[in-house]
Amino acid sequence: MISQHFPILQVVLPLIAAPVIILLRNGRAAWLLATTVSWVSLIIALALLEQVSAGGVISYAIGSWPPPWGIEYRIDQVNAFLLVLVSLIAAVVSVYSRASVDAELPREQHYLFYAMFALCLAGLLGIAATGDAFNLFVFLEISSLSSYVLIALGRDRRALMAAYQYLVMGTIGATFYIIGVGLLYLMTGTLNMADMAHRLSGVAEVKPVLAALAFITVGICLKLALFPLHLWLPNAYAYAPSAVTAFLAATATKVSVYVLLRFYFSVFGASAIFLALPMGQILLVLSLAAMFIASTVAIFQSDIKRMFAYSSVAQIGYITLGISFDSATGLTAGIVHLFNHALTKGALFMLLGCFALRLGRVSFSDIGGIARVMPVTAFGIVLGGLSLIGVPGTVGFVSKWYLVLAALESGQWWIALAIVLSSLLAVVYVWRFVEVAYFHQPDAKLAKLKEARLEMLVPAWLMIAACIYFGLDAELTVSGAAQAAATLLQGVR
Amino acid sequence: MSADFPVALVLIVGSLFVPLLRGRWRAGYLLLLPVVAFLWLLALPHGEYARFELLGQTLVLMRVDRLSLLFGYIFLIAVFLNVVFSLHEQDNAQQVSGLFYSGAALGAVFAGDLFSLFVYWELTAISSVLLVWAGGTDRAFRAGMRYVIVHLGSGMLLLAGTVLHVAQGGTLEFGRFALDSAGSYLILAAFGVKCSFPLLHNWLQDAYPEASATGMVVLSAFTTKLGIYALARGFPGTEMLVWIGTLMTLFPIFYAVIENDLRRVLAYSVTNQLGFMVVGIGVGTEMAINGAVAHAFADILFKALLLMSMGAVLLRTGTAKGSELGGLYKSMPWTTGFCIVGAASISAFPLFSGFVTKSMIMAAVAGEGYLYVWLVLLFASAGVLEHAGIKIPYFAFFAHDSGKRCAEAPRNMLVAMAAASALCIGIGVFPDALYAILPYTVEYVPYTAAHVLMQLQLLVFAVLAVFALMRSGLYPPEIRAVNLDFDWFYRVPGRNLAGFVIGSAARVREQLAGWGQVWAVQLCERLYRQHGPQGMLGRTWPTGSMALWVMALLLAYLLLYYL
Repeated sequence: MISQHFPILQVVLPLIAAPVIILLRNGRAAWLLATTVSWVSLIIALALLEQVSAGGVISYAIGSWPPPWGIEYRIDQVNAFLLVLVSLIAAVVSVYSRASVDAELPREQHYLFYAMFALCLAGLLGIAATGDAFNLFVFLEISSLSSYVLIALGRDRRALMAAYQYLVMGTIGATFYIIGVGLLYLMTGTLNMADMAHRLSGVAEVKPVLAALAFITVGICLKLALFPLHLWLPNAYAYAPSAVTAFLAATATKVSVYVLLRFYFSVFGASAIFLALPMGQILLVLSLAAMFIASTVAIFQSDIKRMFAYSSVAQIGYITLGISFDSATGLTAGIVHLFNHALTKGALFMLLGCFALRLGRVSFSDIGGIARVMPVTAFGIVLGGLSLIGVPGTVGFVSKWYLVLAALESGQWWIALAIVLSSLLAVVYVWRFVEVAYFHQPDAKLAKLKEARLEMLVPAWLMIAACIYFGLDAELTVSGAAQAAATLLQGVR
Repeated sequence: MSADFPVALVLIVGSLFVPLLRGRWRAGYLLLLPVVAFLWLLALPHGEYARFELLGQTLVLMRVDRLSLLFGYIFLIAVFLNVVFSLHEQDNAQQVSGLFYSGAALGAVFAGDLFSLFVYWELTAISSVLLVWAGGTDRAFRAGMRYVIVHLGSGMLLLAGTVLHVAQGGTLEFGRFALDSAGSYLILAAFGVKCSFPLLHNWLQDAYPEASATGMVVLSAFTTKLGIYALARGFPGTEMLVWIGTLMTLFPIFYAVIENDLRRVLAYSVTNQLGFMVVGIGVGTEMAINGAVAHAFADILFKALLLMSMGAVLLRTGTAKGSELGGLYKSMPWTTGFCIVGAASISAFPLFSGFVTKSMIMAAVAGEGYLYVWLVLLFASAGVLEHAGIKIPYFAFFAHDSGKRCAEAPRNMLVAMAAASALCIGIGVFPDALYAILPYTVEYVPYTAAHVLMQLQLLVFAVLAVFALMRSGLYPPEIRAVNLDFDWFYRVPGRNLAGFVIGSAARVREQLAGWGQVWAVQLCERLYRQHGPQGMLGRTWPTGSMALWVMALLLAYLLLYYL
């Protein structure tokens, strides 16, 4: 039965697609293959989610070597949810990317772009699917290296610098992670995460374990751009090609959040040392700092892509805030915001790509009155912005609602207040866009522009529609997140 | 069909399509809406439908019981009459807002919880002010502003009362309130504004007469009766209401006697009639409640009839001032006849609707031993006869001939008035049909020899007194004058006081804003220094510094873990 092999096919298909694309050397064929692979991945991910919710955890032993000796792919509620998210974004972005890449990249680089895209997808899906700590590192590197290339493809010369900085920082992060995993291997003698969790409770010497935890935390927090380790992110997002920004913003940081959740709850969660540590408090402080400082920085940006990049840092703060509560509601809030923010930011960056298609770059000084020439794109950005603010009827509201619930549940009402206050900062930067786009007169150059191409608008609006749909009917996302949260908390004693 | 469909939407949503239609289609559509809604009501079984959960509270959009159904029926009859009466009206704004407003009032009647009541409450206020403004004059605009402020204020009282009520452990259910907390007093005050309680009444006499000829007919039917419905639902048997209601029957009489604008006379008579209903609700026995709501039912009809006749006069002659009218019976014989039917009904002549309904309240008051109240109501009944029963038809259609010669009212107006007249007489002759749909079973028999005789004595002597006064020249003549009511206090000194307060507040605000501005500018500058593109937090960092941060954080983590 082929469906038994879905866990490995999920990862291997895009992985194989990449070298095939290189061999093809044809932009159009490369696009077709990458898109097909993305959609097939989405189907497989949905099938896996179905299997998991019907039959519980799936354990797939690679090469029939049983875990903990062989590499195990382990799919439960948490990563099944994430696999769907990543492959969904990849599928939508791949459709969108054709027109965008045609406009932004020189012809001879097209096939390279799609090869890197498939590799990056394979890496991200691998991180999510694997149950092996070292295998996770391998995929982390695959996704990171390919994303450095993708960012460097940006036509702005600063893209090279941004990619270089991201490369240095990402490598530090991955190194920290592997140091942490090495320490854990030293103490437990295993790389399988489930086995590691089991053995950690029996470890007598805690100092190396604590060091491992610190290294892994910092390493992953770098990858997920937790404040103050976010410094690589704004430039990387701002100068990368539009399709890359949309894809990475919606998936890369989210997958890193998943790794953090996996280590905190599934690996370390079962051991007693974890309880005594001030994990929650540290995360809380950093999350609040991200929410306020990054939002404030976003307000002062002149480049719109950079503004939304800073907004991403702030929104990641909301996700980690939910995790810091260490409760079922908090985790649900964090995971549901992970999904919701991926939809919102993916849509926003895709729509910004529509501006970039016509304008080249998107800074506030260039887009005065653009709503009159590109009304569909501009209105989509307004809707996405409303979702960032958390207006009822959008997914942002659902996330913030659960975050506030979690804050109140933990008795810290001032955090609830802080969540609402920081949303006001989002109002400011979204309003900046509205004012410039709607209340200025388009200049002569702008007035000649046309609306973006349909093949870009349709995927972007599909995501915006999803933002509204899941904002009105949050049943599916919230119950999925709640189940994932319950699965994670099972690991904690 | 589903009972979960809020019937008010037929009118509210239906009203929005009116501007799309023209001519005969439009007329047919307008007439169809209330008929559809009425048939819908007839088919509804009792119970609570269209329930929603909101933040742990239950919202009920359709509570169908005998009380709400009775008001539903009469509201829809009134809508139908209004539509017929205003068929000639080409102004879309009036037609739409009139229907929207009626629909909102209907929705409020069926609202089973305080929150949806509040929503509909505000909708009636907002939609009805358009009818006042449709009067088109500057006076109408200003009166409309005052009107909407008062009614939005009433809505705020209702909201504040609801919040307090729920905060003190109550539910959102709109049931009977015990008058024991600040919340219930606020809710009572909100209802009181709509019922034009004394000192809260001025909006009525202020705004209604400024509305258009058709607008005032629509206005009179719903707002105040909605207040009566809410009182009957929320505060039956509250003794305070007996005294408030008594006062309401009494004081408008004096104003009505000296008022020259006949439509304003009728506005005072609205408050007066409401007084009878409020007394009935205050008494609170089954018969008293029956009497109060039955009187509301009858009042909507005869008040509409009287206002329609005055509306027709206004349409044809351009004025409704007693001093400028007279002798119109020659030009408008039908209108005269209908007006007299309305006058007889409001004066409670036997065989007219007022007789069979008001007498229930009187009997209930007497039965509970409120002697003084009963006497005042008796006096007020005589007063009604005088200002509404005689003054209106007499000054408009008879008295000295003004020399005005005009056409009879348009056909649609005549049809509407004829229908209303038929209902007034029908209820008076066959009261059992109305009694059968009252909230409680009726054992009262209106037509006993003693009762009929006493009422006729009262009426005949009152008529006699009026004409005697007129003959002897003691009766206040119809002169152009402005009569000062309590509202002078908030219109003149109140406005000055408000001006002073606003002025001082503005100065204080300016001062504060000055400081605030300086402070805000400084804050923005500081934020920009730190968070701006060149600020420490916003600029692109050298890679080395980024890595330094990573090290710092790692050390911090290790330190914290090892502690």
